[in-house]
Amino acid sequence: MTEGLSRFFQPGRVHRQIYTDPAIFELELERIFGVAWIYVGHESQVKNPGDYFRTFIGRKPVVLVRDAEGNIRVIHNQCAHRGSLVVASDKGNTTEFQCCYHGWTYHLDGRIKSVPLQHGYSRDFDPKNPKTAMVQVPRVQSYRGFIFASEASDGPGLEDFLGHMTTSLDDMIDRAPDGEVEVAGGVFKHAYDGNWKVYLENLCDAAHPLFTHRSSIDAAQQQSDDVHSDGSGEIAIRQMRQNGAPYSFWESQVGIWTYPNGHSYLGDYHDDAKLVASLKDPLFREYTAVLEKKKGKEEVRRVLEVRRWNSNVYPNLSFMSQFQQLRVVHPIAVNRTVVHTYNFRLKGAPAQMFRNTISFANTVNGTGSLVLTDDLEIYNRIGMGLTSEGAEWIEIGRGLQSDIADAHGGRRGQNSTSEIYIRNMLDAWLGYMTKSPADMRAAS
Amino acid sequence: MRAATVRGSSQRPLNSARCEQFLLHEARLLDDGRFDEWLALFTTDAWYWVPSEPGQADPFQTVSLIYDDRRLLETRVRRLASPRMYSQEPRSRTSRIIANVTIEEAGRGACTVRSKFMMIEYRREQQRIFGGTLLHRLVQADGRVMIAWKRVDLVNCDAPLDGITVPF
Repeated sequence: MTEGLSRFFQPGRVHRQIYTDPAIFELELERIFGVAWIYVGHESQVKNPGDYFRTFIGRKPVVLVRDAEGNIRVIHNQCAHRGSLVVASDKGNTTEFQCCYHGWTYHLDGRIKSVPLQHGYSRDFDPKNPKTAMVQVPRVQSYRGFIFASEASDGPGLEDFLGHMTTSLDDMIDRAPDGEVEVAGGVFKHAYDGNWKVYLENLCDAAHPLFTHRSSIDAAQQQSDDVHSDGSGEIAIRQMRQNGAPYSFWESQVGIWTYPNGHSYLGDYHDDAKLVASLKDPLFREYTAVLEKKKGKEEVRRVLEVRRWNSNVYPNLSFMSQFQQLRVVHPIAVNRTVVHTYNFRLKGAPAQMFRNTISFANTVNGTGSLVLTDDLEIYNRIGMGLTSEGAEWIEIGRGLQSDIADAHGGRRGQNSTSEIYIRNMLDAWLGYMTKSPADMRAAS
Repeated sequence: MRAATVRGSSQRPLNSARCEQFLLHEARLLDDGRFDEWLALFTTDAWYWVPSEPGQADPFQTVSLIYDDRRLLETRVRRLASPRMYSQEPRSRTSRIIANVTIEEAGRGACTVRSKFMMIEYRREQQRIFGGTLLHRLVQADGRVMIAWKRVDLVNCDAPLDGITVPF
């Protein structure tokens, strides 16, 4: 099948089958999620030795853990004995992991610590064999606290993989006066009946907000600002109104940039005086003053000039530095996806900023938000629509003729509503999918 | 003090029966899609909260499935009437049961009422069941019972969920 995968692509078009075929989905888990650098979590989620956090690489359950020596490990959440899930809590702190079936016990780095009734196993049973363990994911690297893991033992390093996208992660961190961010404020978990790829394909789509989000734009535009708000609703309503910018704005003022390995980011589109850097806002003035004290005027000017909306690191991460949001995509089945969203606290920033981050998260990532619910509806409808035997080819050709080269080795849309970032992800998709893991090893 | 006594005496007490009647009325408005009338039950500085975590301490330091101050609640209700609210096309049908009503705390003309609810939501060939605990802060204004705040603790508040569009 792999040799034939390019038949699913034509200039500006992709075949519907790559979103609906269970066999292609299984191959994606092996060749994309089984090879690429997959975001697993942030160092602040495992601050101390013994701290752990349960997550997934593709569909595989894994545990992010800080071991007794302080090293960060990602281990498969599977007992070496009979394969049972070992870690059942979402997060916590422990000195060891213990399987509830026969009591096999593991060190924090996954090595076997003890096996009850060990004399009864076969003569060649070796508890010191690294494969007889909660097996470590071979490569784990952190970029300034953001932890990625790769199931491929060889391949490009994390920074090569991220390329110019490191600047988006830098922006997330550099906005913190103390130079550090931490996960805080809980998590949203959304589920929809559709393919995982359509999620990332929406996050840099500047052509949809005005249409898809019309109901919340209208409702927010008609809302009187005289009605009582404790500040939360004010942030939400301001954000919804921003989505109502005219098409001419979305086409010309936003910007869309793409980079190798399927990564991309959309420029920021806010002009609201409370949602973006504005010296008219006392909170922002206070924040800037703290930041300048720590970093100096020049550096603060540089940091605040970086204005990006969603940054997508293919295949499972999207984040937004201006409001400290981060989303992790979990493919469940060809037609089922779960997304977890997190918030970050800028250490050293005024407390009110995190409160605004929470209000913002409720608005753009909330399961009951007035905005996200219409996005989820789109993902579900794509899931249903693609099963139709109607049009075979999906159009992804907006901007195809006008896209131009970018200064950092990427390409960008001259028109901000260009679907270049979808084509760019699918280029990466084809690259991963047509290389077997054996090919990858041979190439390195 | 005297004024308060006089005003208090002109109001009927917020007893258990009256609170329960109110909750059933509210549930009926929601099931019937009479959201404007539902909104009119809230005081002008009310809030409506559906936490994302069991036992969540506050809506400002942790995300919430819904946290609406009065201004956002108005926007939410206005959107529910929009023909372009695609996540309600087709509309959900809901059916609620309210039970185990107890008064947790009662003061002058106001009380906090705890109840259990179950809501079946049917939309586009799928049925979902939500259940949990409701807390209502009820107050009286001009002889009317009104909601000063409402907290909805879903038993599955931290589960992966598709969008929530109809208020609980």
